[in-house]
Amino acid sequence: MATVTDPPKAEFRLSMLIYDTRYRSMTIQVVALIGFLLLVGFLISNTVQNLATSGKTVGFGFLTEPAGYDINQVLIEYNNQNSHLRAAFVGLLNTLLVAVLGCITATVIGVIIGVLRLSPNWLIARLTTVYVEMFRNVPVLLWIVFAMAILIETLPAPRAFRGDDPEATMKIFDTVAITNRGVYVPEPLFSRSLGDIHLFGTSSMNFDISLDLLLIIAVVVASIFGVRAIKRNADATQEKTGKRPTTWYLTLGTLVVPLLVVLVALGFHLGYPELKGFNFQGGTYLRNSLIALWLALSLYTAAFIAENVRAGILAISAGQTEAAGALGLRPNRIMRLVVLPQALRVIIPPLISQYLNLTKNSSLAIAVGYMDITGTLMGITLNQTGKELETLLLGMLIYLIISLSISALMNWYNNRVKLVER
Amino acid sequence: MKKSVFLGALTVAGLAATAGAAATLDDVKARGKLNCGVATGVPGFAAPNASGEWEGFDVAVCRGVAAAVLGDPTAVEFVPTTGKTRFTALASGEIDMLARNTTWTFSRDVDLKFTFVGVNYYDGQGFMVPKELGVSSAKELDGATVCIQTGTTTELNLADFFRVNNISYEPVPIETNAEAQQQYLAGACDVYTTDASGLAATRSTFENAADHVILPEIISKEPLGPLVRHGDDEWGDIVRWSLNAMIAAEEYGVTSANVGEMSAAAGDNPEVNRLLGTEGNLGEMLGLDAGWAKMVIESVGNYGEVFESNIGSATPIGLSRGLNAQWTEGGLLYAPPFR
Repeated sequence: MATVTDPPKAEFRLSMLIYDTRYRSMTIQVVALIGFLLLVGFLISNTVQNLATSGKTVGFGFLTEPAGYDINQVLIEYNNQNSHLRAAFVGLLNTLLVAVLGCITATVIGVIIGVLRLSPNWLIARLTTVYVEMFRNVPVLLWIVFAMAILIETLPAPRAFRGDDPEATMKIFDTVAITNRGVYVPEPLFSRSLGDIHLFGTSSMNFDISLDLLLIIAVVVASIFGVRAIKRNADATQEKTGKRPTTWYLTLGTLVVPLLVVLVALGFHLGYPELKGFNFQGGTYLRNSLIALWLALSLYTAAFIAENVRAGILAISAGQTEAAGALGLRPNRIMRLVVLPQALRVIIPPLISQYLNLTKNSSLAIAVGYMDITGTLMGITLNQTGKELETLLLGMLIYLIISLSISALMNWYNNRVKLVER
Repeated sequence: MKKSVFLGALTVAGLAATAGAAATLDDVKARGKLNCGVATGVPGFAAPNASGEWEGFDVAVCRGVAAAVLGDPTAVEFVPTTGKTRFTALASGEIDMLARNTTWTFSRDVDLKFTFVGVNYYDGQGFMVPKELGVSSAKELDGATVCIQTGTTTELNLADFFRVNNISYEPVPIETNAEAQQQYLAGACDVYTTDASGLAATRSTFENAADHVILPEIISKEPLGPLVRHGDDEWGDIVRWSLNAMIAAEEYGVTSANVGEMSAAAGDNPEVNRLLGTEGNLGEMLGLDAGWAKMVIESVGNYGEVFESNIGSATPIGLSRGLNAQWTEGGLLYAPPFR
């Protein structure tokens, strides 16, 4: 007769921290944490010690001192007597400008190329393959420099426009000047402007928002809501009576008339660029550096986005296309209404990282002399004040914030469009 | 495995950084090479020649220091730096000294914690424009597009000049002299501004140098000289007196041709004797051989020789001595006494 006894209660021994699977993972984590903290501590103490040895102090007071340098592209008011902080702010806005422009064009080009790469047309599919492989496999810095070199070397200098028989002339009814310094296009002007709102008072972050612009945006948004209401009405009528009322003239009117009224009321007219002195004056000036950077970043990132789009489309079973075809849908509507909406859930997560890449790659701007945040804060300010540690920390913080914001925004969008799982 | 390599690398980097802070002389001797920061390529001042060897007026200072410390003017590792990277390279210990058209200013000396050991070229900021623009004065440049190297004193002077004269300009920031040259020649900027010597050097490489004029205005003082880190005065002394030896040698008529003969035995000029180590122990005070200055002059020549062979009137750059003549000839060059 056997008696069953309880197994002896295991006593805790130190070696169990290593040999017992219940504790081992915890041990490893604690050791890793200690190691990490030691590393951080070492880096900080090393930095402090080295700064002390070279007699430098850490402080951000330099940010309020006059910058002393000029920036060519300023989206807000700036002169060389403003503070380094404002110069950094100007640079930040330039970074955001090229990032936003780049993300939009890269998405448009990327989606088109991605779809075309799956085209049954042999030539188009191969051409887009060449595009994708060419841009993906050459560093973006080279594309940026290449784009700039082409703009500088092939386009005429402003002085070529001078004289009675100039070598170069302005394009599109003499309104657009394309030079090797940039492109001058007509600018919108308002003879009865409403003025600006001044934000943040006199601090170094102050900026003006044009009331005219706000009004126009408000009117356009209101028009879009109007158009939606018209569509809803039409839908309701269709469901009730089975006949869809003709709405296109209403839609068009709602979109165009209020905008026209506002533009006339504000006294809208165009300011044309004119050759005066050394350069063209007037009009909106798109600098070569911006164009080159924008173009290169867009084309480069578009190649990656095209691959994401292609992967997304391939992830949708061919049966969907066939089923849609069987219902009589035409190929472009199948793509727009059936395939792409489903492909979005595959496309968007990698798209987020492409947007992040584009934004971070914009820090190569200085290669073409575009004054982004890297050029102002982490370039000239660093050099004139010698505050490497502070400016680089600030710069890293700013890029981190930009990246996390993009990530948050895109994740929110992803959550909206992804398949609802039950 | 990966982590330990990483930690090891960090430790080595940390040790190197702390060691770099003091006793640069010992480091240079132990390494057997001087790390000298120079420009990325300004003809006449610092540029690699056809066989890839660095040549120029600033390069000669590096070679002089290497000759004084290591007895070998070729024991130099040239590190090309841009206007933006030069100070970080020096502060971090990547280079032992910087000889790169760098203007001696208050804030660089005091706030950036560098020691300027002297001036090897007295310069001023100028403007270069194509002749066809018909500009004769910098004050006529209202609205012009100006190419400018970023992170330099010229950038700040430019902003001041245009502000004071109440005229506007469009800056085109660029990183290196070569880029500026490309943009300027393509007409992407109307004006190129930098130190007048740099303009002359750049113009000398143009196909049609005569089509470009350097405007008469010199808008700033730009004393250019070599510099070292704060905190290692012994090393600063070595660089300072290597430069002074070149300047004094010209004053006393010591040249690379006659230095061998003059240093063989003590002559009748006691200052020359002390300079060349035939009298006194100046070399020992610096922690170098007695023949340190002789090595400098023998291998790179005196100041005048260096000037004439690199940027003087017989070279394509064609700079006249001007302010950079000896004090005895109405210039500003003045080496403190060797005693």
